[in-house]
Amino acid sequence: MTFLNFFINGISLGSIYAIIALGYTMVYGIAKMLNFAHGDVIMIGAYVCFYAISRYKLPAFVGVIGAVLICTILGIIVERLAYKPLRQAPSLAVLITAIGVSYLLQNSALLMWSSNPKFFKPIIARGAFKFFDGQLSISHITILTIATCVLIMIALSVFINRSRLGKAMRACSEDKGAAQLMGINVNATISLTFAIGSGLAAIAGALLCSAYPTLTPTTGSLPGIKAFTAAVFGGIGSIPGAFLGCLMLGVIEIFAKSYISSQLSDAVVFAVLIIVLLVKPAGLLGRMTQEKV
Amino acid sequence: MAIKKFINLNLKQRLSLKRTEAKKIFMTYLFVIVSFAILQGMSITGTLSSTMEGMLIPICAYSVMAVSLNLVVGISGELSLGHAGFMSVGAFTGTATAILLQNLIPLAPLRLAIAMMTGAFFAGVAGFLIGIPVLRLKGDYLAIVTLAFGEIIKSIFNNFYLGVDDYGLHASMLTDTTNLASGGRMIIQGPIGISRIAKISTFTAGFILLMIALIIVFNLVNSRFGRVFMAIRDDRIAAESIGLNITRFKMIAFVTSAAIAGAAGCLFAMNYSTIFANKFDFNTSILILVFVVLGGQGNMLGSIIAAAALTILPEKLREFADYRMLLYALILIMTMLISNNDGIKYFFQKINPFRKKQEAE
Amino acid sequence: MKRNKTKLVPVPSKAMIPDRDVARAPVLECINLGITLGGIKAVEDFNFTVGRTEIAGLIGPNGAGKTTVFNLLTKVYQPTTGTVLLNGQDTHGMNTVQVNKAGIARTFQNIRLFKNLSVIDNVKAAMNNEMKYNMLSAILRLRDYRREELAAHHRALKLLSIFDMQDMADLRAGSLPYGAQRRLEIVRALATNPSLLLLDEPAAGMNPSETAELMDSIIKVHEMFQIAIVLIEHDMSLVMNICEGICVLNFGHIIAKGTPEDIQSNPAVIEAYLGRKK
Repeated sequence: MTFLNFFINGISLGSIYAIIALGYTMVYGIAKMLNFAHGDVIMIGAYVCFYAISRYKLPAFVGVIGAVLICTILGIIVERLAYKPLRQAPSLAVLITAIGVSYLLQNSALLMWSSNPKFFKPIIARGAFKFFDGQLSISHITILTIATCVLIMIALSVFINRSRLGKAMRACSEDKGAAQLMGINVNATISLTFAIGSGLAAIAGALLCSAYPTLTPTTGSLPGIKAFTAAVFGGIGSIPGAFLGCLMLGVIEIFAKSYISSQLSDAVVFAVLIIVLLVKPAGLLGRMTQEKV
Repeated sequence: MAIKKFINLNLKQRLSLKRTEAKKIFMTYLFVIVSFAILQGMSITGTLSSTMEGMLIPICAYSVMAVSLNLVVGISGELSLGHAGFMSVGAFTGTATAILLQNLIPLAPLRLAIAMMTGAFFAGVAGFLIGIPVLRLKGDYLAIVTLAFGEIIKSIFNNFYLGVDDYGLHASMLTDTTNLASGGRMIIQGPIGISRIAKISTFTAGFILLMIALIIVFNLVNSRFGRVFMAIRDDRIAAESIGLNITRFKMIAFVTSAAIAGAAGCLFAMNYSTIFANKFDFNTSILILVFVVLGGQGNMLGSIIAAAALTILPEKLREFADYRMLLYALILIMTMLISNNDGIKYFFQKINPFRKKQEAE
Repeated sequence: MKRNKTKLVPVPSKAMIPDRDVARAPVLECINLGITLGGIKAVEDFNFTVGRTEIAGLIGPNGAGKTTVFNLLTKVYQPTTGTVLLNGQDTHGMNTVQVNKAGIARTFQNIRLFKNLSVIDNVKAAMNNEMKYNMLSAILRLRDYRREELAAHHRALKLLSIFDMQDMADLRAGSLPYGAQRRLEIVRALATNPSLLLLDEPAAGMNPSETAELMDSIIKVHEMFQIAIVLIEHDMSLVMNICEGICVLNFGHIIAKGTPEDIQSNPAVIEAYLGRKK
């Protein structure tokens, strides 16, 4: 039964990773950049949510919506100010800028909210459903996390595959020049991608801190990196791949923590990633592109 | 006609590197030597502030790190996000060696040299082991896996215990089960790392290491090896078509870079009385990458200047207290935006008297 | 420069090669070579023999599979069926690097130079496998470093001078004009000492006078090094002038083989290029 408990916790953690990874992988797909600041958007989202709920006593859903709004705006502003001028620049320059933005967000948070950890109040009431005489307990937040993640996955898949804007996004990620010639507003599409990614990051922040309630200005960095690792694991640019990769990574992490060692769990997670990439160099569901000769 | 022209060529003169290239290399050596002479002079006469004095060795260590990473990122064209891992391996193995040799070799500079070589050796071995899987991947996948390896190395050292007593070395993972006999000494203590280090790193040692790193990198780059590294960077498929073994040469660059980083890590560690694994985390890797990118890929002098400037900058910003890292981040972003702005680039090209005439494409 | 007419004679495998090469084993023999790419048979039943010093042409409409044949020969793709014999040696299981060491060098349809290297470094990079000095010699600038680098430099300049490029030696390869880039690719391929040189559309994008110069240079290379050359080309005057045997591909199949005269009058070839007569 403990095994099943761990498994469900793993799936829940993986679901949070998946929501983060979506933002990462969408931005990667369209702007071809590793947006290292993404993890810090999660943190900002969590702080906004925290202040709305704990300080201003707003209902939880208002707090989450507020966080989504603010992060969406933040995402668009960051893209406009920092990344857009570098559209033609070498990818490393963009990477360093993203790192700069990450430092900027972290240190702004440090100034505004200090480095003292905040105790995050979960967005839904604490408690758990118990099965098999209490041997298996699934907390409300776990269920909410998994449900939210599935919902977002489905909505996003439909949006990207069916809607006009989704098609525009896919076109831009294939070939920006050609997309522009076809009358797609590339800049607006990229902004949209950042907006969606950042909005999702806010949701992820609220869920992450509901499950792991300590909130500091560096809360977002490691989950951000792990989520991206998971997206690579599943195959960069593939949404089902990111989903699958994140779930697996979450489960592996919880198992490694429980059965091997909590200190070494990160090492185990990364080792699994390396092994998978060795066997499947494009990730689990990624497609291998052959360069034309 | 063509043959005649060919005979008239002065081969010796042609063999010397392109003059701009040679000038660049000369300027780099000159800059390092002159800076060392000035700073050393100021240090002896006591005109150097104590904060500056304390930064000399870290600047050397970071410069060496930047030069070594530039070999991978700038010359071989592979993005590595785990370079601090090699620094870590060098720091721990090198410092441990120095502690073990403390009574055997009383001469500190010699002990430091042996420690650095040991650090370089182990970092090189780590580079080789990591290179086997990593170098089969391409682009961003490679970057992510180097990141993963950096984290793994950090986790391992955070959980590694090493002690020495009369019966020899004792090591354990996760928990301390070394059970040293009385009079034994713990060397590496998991997350606490190594403490009570004899600070034997000196500015002169840092300067010598930087010069050695520069000589290795420059001479390698201007040999058949460097040519192949750059050929693979520019076009992998064409490189294969002319019979260049891609993995082998990438490995050479990677291991060389890792070994130099290991020596730098050792220099860095032996400047402090304690050293722990979390000091060499992802942020450190990124910091070194920032040096390389700001200084210009493939530009060693740029790397050194960037490393020095960005090590001093946070200290200089100290008067802004809480705002210092915020300013640092802003400066980083602004530098990237400005240096990649075509208008400004053009302006600098126009006023730069050294600009190469045939750069126009 | 118009070449003397060559007589093609059959070898035991019934393929035709120039009469002067009959005494020696062919440099290249493709037997039933084929590959399926994405479910489509891009090349099928490709039987092709090149004599030791032959200049052969591979022609056909766009998309006929010509470059795919080159990619099969150089193992950019592994063939799904058939055998490639290079100097009588089976190349099965080899990779691009090994095939190059065994004697095939090539150029690319979309130029693939080492853009940020100087012209001469592009050539010297291709000579890497004949330089033997180790890393220590390189770092310490020992005697074998200096000797081998000097020798390589000498030879690289000599090769460049065949294409009259010795004065461009120190320019950045990416900054060269288009025609010069194409020539540099040939020099780079030659620098690996191939026994078979594959040229993928060497005259593409060149004007008539550049093409004529290129033609002379190819003939010069052929005479100097006595190697076999296979070229893919759309410029028919070039192909008909310098090729001794020509192989015509369409939809992945060989539709004709023979001397330039045979090909020019072959109805299947005319149909492939001009369409069926109404």
